[in-house]
Amino acid sequence: MSFVEYSDFIQDGDVAVVYLGHDSMMPVKVQQGAQTQTRYGVIRHSTDLIGQRYGSKVTCSKGGWVHVLHPTPELWTVTLPHRTQILYTTDIATITMMLELKPGSVVCESGTGSGSLSHAILRTVAPTGHLHTVEFHQQRAEKVAEEFKEHRVGHLVTVRNQDVCKDGFGVTGVADAVFLDIPSPWEAVGHAKAALKRQGGRVCSFSPCIEQVQKTCEALAHQGFEEISPLEVLLRVHDVRTVSLPLPDFGPDASSAQTPPDAREGTPRYGSVALKTTTAPREMPGHTGYLTFATKPRT
Amino acid sequence: IMADNGDDDPQYTIKEGDHVVLKRGDIFKAIQVLPKKKVIFEKQWFFLDNAVGQLYSSTFEIVSGNLQPKKPKDTEGSSDAKEAGTDNRHIVDDGKSQKLTRDDIETLKEQGLKGQEIIQQLIDNSSTFRDKTEYAQDKYIKKKKKKYENTVTILKPSCRILAMMYHGREPGKICHLRYDALAQMLTLANIHAGSKVLVFETCAGLVLGSVMERMGGYGSVIQMYPGGGPGRAGMESFGLPAHFHDMLHDFPICHVNALLAGTLDTTAKDQSAGMIFRILAEEKKVKLEEKRKKLAAVASLLEGRNADGLIIASRFHPCPVLMGLLKFLSPSRPFVVHSQYKEPLIECYTKLREQGGTVNLRLTDTWLRHYQVLPNRTHPLLLMSGGGGYLLSGTTVATDRAKPGGSQSIRSFQGTFSNGVQGFPSSTDLPFC
Repeated sequence: MSFVEYSDFIQDGDVAVVYLGHDSMMPVKVQQGAQTQTRYGVIRHSTDLIGQRYGSKVTCSKGGWVHVLHPTPELWTVTLPHRTQILYTTDIATITMMLELKPGSVVCESGTGSGSLSHAILRTVAPTGHLHTVEFHQQRAEKVAEEFKEHRVGHLVTVRNQDVCKDGFGVTGVADAVFLDIPSPWEAVGHAKAALKRQGGRVCSFSPCIEQVQKTCEALAHQGFEEISPLEVLLRVHDVRTVSLPLPDFGPDASSAQTPPDAREGTPRYGSVALKTTTAPREMPGHTGYLTFATKPRT
Repeated sequence: IMADNGDDDPQYTIKEGDHVVLKRGDIFKAIQVLPKKKVIFEKQWFFLDNAVGQLYSSTFEIVSGNLQPKKPKDTEGSSDAKEAGTDNRHIVDDGKSQKLTRDDIETLKEQGLKGQEIIQQLIDNSSTFRDKTEYAQDKYIKKKKKKYENTVTILKPSCRILAMMYHGREPGKICHLRYDALAQMLTLANIHAGSKVLVFETCAGLVLGSVMERMGGYGSVIQMYPGGGPGRAGMESFGLPAHFHDMLHDFPICHVNALLAGTLDTTAKDQSAGMIFRILAEEKKVKLEEKRKKLAAVASLLEGRNADGLIIASRFHPCPVLMGLLKFLSPSRPFVVHSQYKEPLIECYTKLREQGGTVNLRLTDTWLRHYQVLPNRTHPLLLMSGGGGYLLSGTTVATDRAKPGGSQSIRSFQGTFSNGVQGFPSSTDLPFC
């Protein structure tokens, strides 16, 4: 198992994702002799997990069951322990495409935060690319570095505990793309420019507030970035449901007094119609942040 | 100062035969750089020969049907205080403020005036320009630039650029798959180097090319195609390195049932007895053998039923496509289906829930909104409404097979589970419908 390569069987030391039911999953560190509590009972790693195929159904001690899934950055995003607010898959997918990330890309990122985007970047740039990620909070930097190791992606990433606005990314002239998710991105635009390859590259800044976006756009233009393109992307989830719509009763139909009611048209006069449709969830995320993309031309 | 490309990798230099993308403003066009070949872009005809040897992302002026490198912006609109008004209360829009006629402008063009110079003429001959506010003047200049500029930028293709191009130019060709929806698909399907991905698309090869770009030449891509041949034009526009083609296979779906049933015969046959075979030219025999070998190779890639991902984006009803091709995936692998319409995906969702074998099913669509960010003029641009299509995504899990002898084993357990998970093993495979 690794977050950048599939394997078929669960092994000691893997990180797996236990699927408990709709919208309910949890990560599990697979360990010989260990146990994991779930609402359906206990999962015994040695017998229930190690050696089993990813995707298998596992019966827990109370009799109910779960499925064990191979980790992916997308599953990690929705199950990882939050140390900060994280980026979700919708924004991550947009960032990945708009920064033109692919195997071999060299990417600089700050702040690392809880590593949600980081894992997605690593998956995309593997096996020949690299991620330089900067986090100014020492414990968070240490925690995420630990996770990269456990997830077998440590060789693709360098974590630096420093302030990107003061000290930059720790590398210059090597990046194809730079990503900023920090309170004052305009202070790091100069460092972003320095980190990018001389021949050019892409940059993206994520900010919740429009004032931040305005300041960042100004800084980008000032530093010679082109194609400055702020946008936002929203996800709408459609819940598939069968709904029952009752039919109205307008009283007996005068013109067809002779024919019995149930012989007409097939639908009963009283009763309801079943309809398969979708409904919107009660609440939907209305805003995560603005994404500002730009291109650094050749310098 | 023009950048010198002496020490640059060839990857940054435009070469003959390269697939490139022409750009002006928000208009893109994918084209191949061929010698002495006239191309048309935004109502102008020109040759691309002068671009060879120049760097990607260079901007050119179109002069007499040929490209001339354009100097990087020197006088990009001076920011000295220009004469401007405060509001439009006295500006009457009677269509008479511009003193130059269409003929006058044509004459200027014929005289060889550059775009920038024509715009200056228009400003000088506009009776209302100096009464406009600064912002209105900016807007006016931007508009004229769009109309009269003679430039074209030559870009290296990428998924981002091609997806935007197709959506802007020929959305019908790509089932109206908007570029943000494509971005979601690539991520949700966990497309990455080294995996084995199945692709079924009728999006001119855009989806195929995007998948291949994200795999970097590692692993394998099997394009399942519906009859005729596999559509690859859009994929070629990506200008992927030649060795990427080594990872690409194709398989006609008319053989899927046979493959699943184990009855697909890909062995070489001794056909020396057949009359027709004797008549066929040697060349044809070689070609047929090539074809057979290829088919046998793909079949062996597929029959293990251990693909790592499935992407579907086509004009076909997604339900049978999905139900049929899911069988080729290993357990615990993602799949994503795009449809221009929601209802067919509702059907897929329902069938999948009935059948079992998948989890994390989600029916979604994305909205994308661009912003204009300028001092005191920040606001969203047009909201692209749900015209980008819908996605159904999920993950496969192991399916229990019914025990031979018919009856399904039923486990006994106390109580029911609030998450609605059924206690029975899921039913057997549906036939490819």
